[in-house]
Amino acid sequence: MAATTTQIKKPLLSWKQREILSYIGVTLLGLVVVVIFLMPLGYAAVTAFKSQEQIRDVTGPLLPSLPSKYNYQGKDYNLYEVPMPDGTRTMALVKAGRESSEFVDPLNPDAGLVKWEGRWRTLTPKYEFSPFMENFERAWNQISLGKLFVNTFAIAIWSMIGTLISSILVAYGFARFRFPGKKVLFMILIATIILPGQVTLIPQYAFFRAIGWGGTWWPLIIPHFFANAYNVFLLRQYFLGIPRELDEAAMMDGASPFRILISVILPQSMPAVTAVAMFHFFWSWNDFYTPLIYLAGKEDLYTISIGLTRFNNVYAVQPGLAMAAALMVVALPVALFFLAQRQFMQGIVVTGVEK
Amino acid sequence: MTVSQSVVPTKPGGAGKESKGLGLRRREAKWGLIFLSPWLLGFLIFTLLPMLASLTFSFTNYNPTKPAEMSFVGLSNYARLFNDVDLLQAISVTLRFALISVPLSLIFPLLLALLVNSKHLLAKNVFRTLFYMPYMIPVVAGVMVFGGVLNSESGWLNRLLAMIGIQGPNWFQDANWVLPALVIMGFWGVGNTMLTMLSGLQNVPTEMYEAAKVDGANAFVTFFKITIPMISPVVFYNLILSLIGTFQYFTQAYVISNGRGDPGGATLFYNLYLYKTAFAFLDMGYGSTLAWAMFIVVLLLTVFLFQTQKRWVYYAGGED
Repeated sequence: MAATTTQIKKPLLSWKQREILSYIGVTLLGLVVVVIFLMPLGYAAVTAFKSQEQIRDVTGPLLPSLPSKYNYQGKDYNLYEVPMPDGTRTMALVKAGRESSEFVDPLNPDAGLVKWEGRWRTLTPKYEFSPFMENFERAWNQISLGKLFVNTFAIAIWSMIGTLISSILVAYGFARFRFPGKKVLFMILIATIILPGQVTLIPQYAFFRAIGWGGTWWPLIIPHFFANAYNVFLLRQYFLGIPRELDEAAMMDGASPFRILISVILPQSMPAVTAVAMFHFFWSWNDFYTPLIYLAGKEDLYTISIGLTRFNNVYAVQPGLAMAAALMVVALPVALFFLAQRQFMQGIVVTGVEK
Repeated sequence: MTVSQSVVPTKPGGAGKESKGLGLRRREAKWGLIFLSPWLLGFLIFTLLPMLASLTFSFTNYNPTKPAEMSFVGLSNYARLFNDVDLLQAISVTLRFALISVPLSLIFPLLLALLVNSKHLLAKNVFRTLFYMPYMIPVVAGVMVFGGVLNSESGWLNRLLAMIGIQGPNWFQDANWVLPALVIMGFWGVGNTMLTMLSGLQNVPTEMYEAAKVDGANAFVTFFKITIPMISPVVFYNLILSLIGTFQYFTQAYVISNGRGDPGGATLFYNLYLYKTAFAFLDMGYGSTLAWAMFIVVLLLTVFLFQTQKRWVYYAGGED
């Protein structure tokens, strides 16, 4: 009896030790998962700095490298790790033979050629780190990435202005005013979120073509000036959380509803407004279907998504160029995301979970 | 939904009490509608009228290059749905993909959410940000990156498989492996789902876990009897989104073979077929029919799932 009590009192590890072990275990697991998860980015980063030959050399090291050379009597020879009786030495292969080869030791070239018995093909070649820098410039020029960036940016900014103005107005309307049918209208608004865009796509396309907007940016910008259900929802939730006393005080001073929106509501809603702006920017940067159908054939107006796609098939055989292009395209949204990730991730939780 | 209490502008020296109240109410409604007008107008122009128009188109042979020849063809577009070999292929591709991708698109983010919610994880926010980050990567760039990673010769996945003695498949070129390849690619887009699952996990009251502990429940039982039921609304929400997303699946399928649906029609997703019909062959009458068929199927599925939710979705606050 006494023995068991002491055993219970003294487990193998104390509570504190177990806590520490749990921290180490879980964090290590997290690290492993995150490394596997982000491995493709690592691949892209490494491959973007490789030349075609370096990529084709599948037995070579992961990092961009070239076989190390040693210049012996005016000629370059590849270096190998050669096991010698006195340990492994790094030597240059001068005369390759089937069963025995002659090497020179760069540390002691005066000793002349050293004969080594064995097949040189079984030796490990020595590599040195040698990034290939040309992919970025080549991809930039071939895809005219500069122009694609400007185009995508222009569309993103203009449509962002549109969606911000209109969604703020509509959200304010839903959050602060009473009128008949409001509940129904709000339900309809929310229902449009799950409406598949395809149901409205074809007539929209026909309409924009009919008014001569086919092959222009207008269909990518103008619809955003008519508010978006997600954004209205997010902003409305935020506006509802702002105390009414402030509106009322401003109203007593004779402020109009517009004035109240601009000087009372908006200054307090910057986190939500930023989240909406970011959401829209990323969405627009990524948008594919609309530019694909409206900008078909207008290469000068292409956005990044469409411009890149044309090269994807060509680049399938040139991964170095493809990765350089992909990395350049990824850089801006990822940098923005890291800068504003707090507002952004909070915004998702608001829209995603609350009803 | 909360009906907001309104604040009414009070102007000094107004009319009599009764008419003042009425006038104010009217003014408030007027302002409300003014603020709503961008959406009301947009809903009319870009949603309601186009919906009616596409329903109308679905009974015609509308082709935008030959508007003069447009005529009503009755139900023949709908009849065509039932003997269209390509459509059958598109449905089969979409369903097969949904079968693998929908469950994984719930399980994987849930596991990640459990990981980044663990009290034993150091630097939680760093992990959350890193797991979320690939969601920000434009899909086209993501497809390019995975095109490299899954390259049969130089890609890391096959090199890794080769290390353990497995000859990796020719992912994007093999009709049997292209859907799994797309599923693997989809793992990069789980950030959003992970975050909603995470906030679901964080909303489970700690008292419930404590009570379970007192009752001697192990981690396994706690997870299936407490965590899962408590986060079932979030799982349900994501299930609906994931299903709708599968029917809308397009960009990845388009990019990997420039819209051809290669290899051998293995990536001819429903939405890609719709796109080809309407915008490559300009058969917008049948295209509209395909759009409405999809809409109706998605609607029925959603209604069906909402029916089943009584059995497995638990709302802590009661249903409203």
